[in-house]
Amino acid sequence: MSTVATKPQTQSSKMIQVMGGLGALCALLIVLTYEGTAERIAHLKDEALQQAVVYVLPGSTSTVEFYIDADHHISTEWTENAVPVFAGYDDAGQLIGVAIEAAGRGYADVIKVLYGYDPVKEQIIGFYVLESKETPGLGDKIEKDPSFLENFAELDVSISSSGSLNNAVVTVKHGEKKNPWEIDGITGATISSRAIGVMLNASTNEWLAVIQKNLSVIQNQGK
Amino acid sequence: MSQLVKEPKQKSFFTTLAESPSTNEFLKGIWKDNPIFVQVLGMCPVLAVTNTAENALAMGFATTFVLMMSNILVSLLRNVIPKEVRIASYILIIATFVTMTDYAIQAISVDLHKSLGAFISLIVVNCLILSRAEAFASKNTVIPSILDGLGMGLGFVLALFSLGAVRELLGNGSILGFSIFSANFQEWIVMILPAGGFFTLALWLLLFNILKERRNHG
Repeated sequence: MSTVATKPQTQSSKMIQVMGGLGALCALLIVLTYEGTAERIAHLKDEALQQAVVYVLPGSTSTVEFYIDADHHISTEWTENAVPVFAGYDDAGQLIGVAIEAAGRGYADVIKVLYGYDPVKEQIIGFYVLESKETPGLGDKIEKDPSFLENFAELDVSISSSGSLNNAVVTVKHGEKKNPWEIDGITGATISSRAIGVMLNASTNEWLAVIQKNLSVIQNQGK
Repeated sequence: MSQLVKEPKQKSFFTTLAESPSTNEFLKGIWKDNPIFVQVLGMCPVLAVTNTAENALAMGFATTFVLMMSNILVSLLRNVIPKEVRIASYILIIATFVTMTDYAIQAISVDLHKSLGAFISLIVVNCLILSRAEAFASKNTVIPSILDGLGMGLGFVLALFSLGAVRELLGNGSILGFSIFSANFQEWIVMILPAGGFFTLALWLLLFNILKERRNHG
């Protein structure tokens, strides 16, 4: 024990008490905020997704969520690891199309998109970026550029009897689109627009055959 | 702190208001000690989220809220928190209010939350907030701490908006989403990229310092 005059030390127990008390207070504040906002946040997110589904399936007025399980069966019941897709119907209950999520590596981070698939015309009829951190002004043109978005009004994704695409979806240089299955790229957003082509190609190859196989299930749900 | 000048004349209401210490507490953050243009604190959000005026405003107000609330709580607890654990306690308080702000912004608009992204959480490490807690709120009562937080916050908003408006105008041809120039305007893409943040900040700092020099030697 030294007797050198130093500033009085706070006892450890006091520090622990204060930090513990403060921690409890902060936890309480966070929990209260979470409880207060959780419902509204879930509602807003749900609404945003609904709007996105209606947006990529022009003409649809109601939507039903379906789940594709590991055995490629489609039903409205959720099972473990099932992949959700959204069917859009018009007022008469006619199926407009199916909205499917796709994701892939972009320039900055993973890009998540939603696209609308018309199983009768076998075309992509709508496209919406759900999540992207692409460079503002360059890469984020995939969300806004009108001539790029025009690509997804009727993009050919017809499948053969074996279930794979007749023609792979591919992004070409801006102004060089010749075929209905090509995506006209964006100058200055080469990586981002190519990423869209790659993820749509992968996603359509994986899911379109499943949707065609279970088409009657989806069509009947609207009636 | 207060620079009360004795004057023989009857003071007007505004003179009294302008000379009161509370007004000084509030105003210093907006001009004399502006957190960005004078103290150059919290540069991460300044450079990162000022690519549009809207993002800048949202970030500024979120920071102001956190700054004010943490100032209040730090000031209230200033005699309770032992000095050895004060920084840890301040960070805990700040992190709490940031988390609350994060939920609040999500509840206001999903799109806004999407565009601010990770930067909301990064308000925790904004040194402006910690520095106000340490330098002011821990040594003052609640009312001056509120005024200090509010003033510093608004100074931050002002500075962020100054950057955001210039960058959006030149980089996107609009302000707050309204197009200003004709369709022929060629956007300066560099202004929306990080480099544009540095350019704009440098120009504002230059302007601010010229004004200050003039005032001092004027």
